[in-house]
Amino acid sequence: MSGYWTGILTILSINVIMAYAIFLPVATGQLNLGGAGFQALGAYTAAFLSAVAGQSAWATIPAAMAVGGVVSMAIAFPLLRTRGVYLVLATFAFAEVVAGAILNTSELGGAMGLSVPEYLDYPVPIIAAILVTLFVFYLMATRFGLTMRACHDDDVVTDLLGVSIRGVRVAAFAIGGALAGLAGALYAHTFSFVEIQSFNASLSIYVLLYVLLGGTQSALGPLFGAAFFTLLPEVLRAVLPQVKGALAGLFGIQGALSPPDESWRFVILGVLTVLMMMYRSEGLITRTLIERLKPGRHPASATVEEASA
Amino acid sequence: MTQTTDRNILSLRNVSKRFGGLSVITDVSFDVPAGARMALIGPNGAGKTTIFNLISGFYQPNEGEILLESRAIQGIPSRKRIGLGVARSFQNIRLMPHLSVVENVMLGQQARAGGILDMLKPLSLFGRSAWHREAEQLLADMDLPTYPGEVVATLPYGVRKKIEVVRALAARPKLLLLDEPAAGLNAAETDNLTAFLKRISETGVTLLVVEHDMGLVRRLCDDAVVLNFGRKIYDGPTATVQDNPLVLEAYLGPRHASKDRQGAAHVA
Ligand SMILES: Nc1ncnc2c1ncn2[C@@H]1O[C@H](COP(=O)(O)OP(=O)(O)O)[C@@H](O)[C@H]1O
Ligand SMILES: [Mg+2]
Repeated sequence: MSGYWTGILTILSINVIMAYAIFLPVATGQLNLGGAGFQALGAYTAAFLSAVAGQSAWATIPAAMAVGGVVSMAIAFPLLRTRGVYLVLATFAFAEVVAGAILNTSELGGAMGLSVPEYLDYPVPIIAAILVTLFVFYLMATRFGLTMRACHDDDVVTDLLGVSIRGVRVAAFAIGGALAGLAGALYAHTFSFVEIQSFNASLSIYVLLYVLLGGTQSALGPLFGAAFFTLLPEVLRAVLPQVKGALAGLFGIQGALSPPDESWRFVILGVLTVLMMMYRSEGLITRTLIERLKPGRHPASATVEEASA
Repeated sequence: MTQTTDRNILSLRNVSKRFGGLSVITDVSFDVPAGARMALIGPNGAGKTTIFNLISGFYQPNEGEILLESRAIQGIPSRKRIGLGVARSFQNIRLMPHLSVVENVMLGQQARAGGILDMLKPLSLFGRSAWHREAEQLLADMDLPTYPGEVVATLPYGVRKKIEVVRALAARPKLLLLDEPAAGLNAAETDNLTAFLKRISETGVTLLVVEHDMGLVRRLCDDAVVLNFGRKIYDGPTATVQDNPLVLEAYLGPRHASKDRQGAAHVA
């Protein structure tokens, strides 16, 4: 496989894991805009253990997950007291605190970053992404997953039905933190270098967008969201020059053209995001869509609709 | 109250609830005998839903005691009360809109499935779990199909009303609180619901029902407690509730109270 494609598969795998890291709290009704902070925790844990302590990836990856999980569980208790936009701001602020702390810690390379000696090739993140996807599908099929989705729909009634809302939300937040730590460790070992600028606010925003646009009602949503938004810029990269060529042809312009500016890809991405929010605010993949696509479901739902009419 | 509480599944003792300066429930006491089908009625705003919210622990009383099988429960968190045997439905349907019918019913089983192992075992991954089959069986017992996979938001109102009752039953409660179960149903659906509630009662579940449809109340409930402006004004057989001057006054106003006895049946 060419370096271009292995690079894309690596990024795609890391993005899928990150999308699930954010999906778990979002599925319980808690928006998390601190993804980059949790990923940075994992990336720097792995980088530090690999570069300074000389540990192998077998140790650095679990350690990164543990740090991500424990830190997010610790902050979940105060953090989940806040709601709605305040929680979004609090998670965002947490990521800024992590970035600031790393920037000011010379042992972690400060603004210079850290080189990571042990290199892991693309099969590792791919396998990790597949395992994480299976794990989240499993989790959503358990009673724990059911109570997660119930907290999202109506936390008052879920409490009256005997569910510990706080327990479910803290657990989902902490498992998400561990997954973000895993994504960070994989980033460190596949890119061989970590610098805090890579874990910026736009990473947090993008990951949350993968989840919200992919859909939060099923574990398929983040998979589609991450795949769509990771691959779309690459598709546009290939397609845009041809579009420009065709347009130029329409207007009778001949000869060699400069390739279109990179930033157009992000303009198109932004427009698509706005359109999705307007026309499919529950995300691309919804429960209803999944049911509609299953064969043999239609007759039953048709009778129900007739009965109600 | 000299009566022993042993035969009563639920007793309210001098319960008061204020919101700010507003007294919503004032010194209300009544008993619900085990196995009874009791109505809690009164005009809009009388405080019926508030009584349910006090029993289920959504609100704390300012004064008084709530006894479940002779045990004071007002200090017990709302989340733990369903495990003690009190389940409820809501005046406005509060099913989880993005969950399927069976998933909503499985959520109702939660009070019986608190352990970590129960939480981490799949409900339906490769085939149906025991919990899943039980939920389907309960729906079938109540003559409801499972509407496979359909999320409840898309189902008709009358069906969702019944599913909410089934979700409460999934906890295997001793006492079921139903807040206006027939509101919004047509005559046929109401008959169907009445039969459905009778069947639930025959399994030994005590019913406390808030309902405006006096036809349903008379067919289903032997006894009634009537509230007006947060005070109890009647506590006795359903058969004679319309002869009570205080009740007539509450529903019709003081001037009509003596004349229009028949009217109470329609407005109540
Ligand atoms: N949380 C609350 N805050 C303030 N007032 C409330 C609250 N809940 C109920 N009330 C008031 O209590 C009164 C009784 O309400 P409710 O119990 O819903 O009546 P009912 O169910 O009998 O129609 C109403 O006047 C209502 O406005
Ligand atoms: Mg009410």
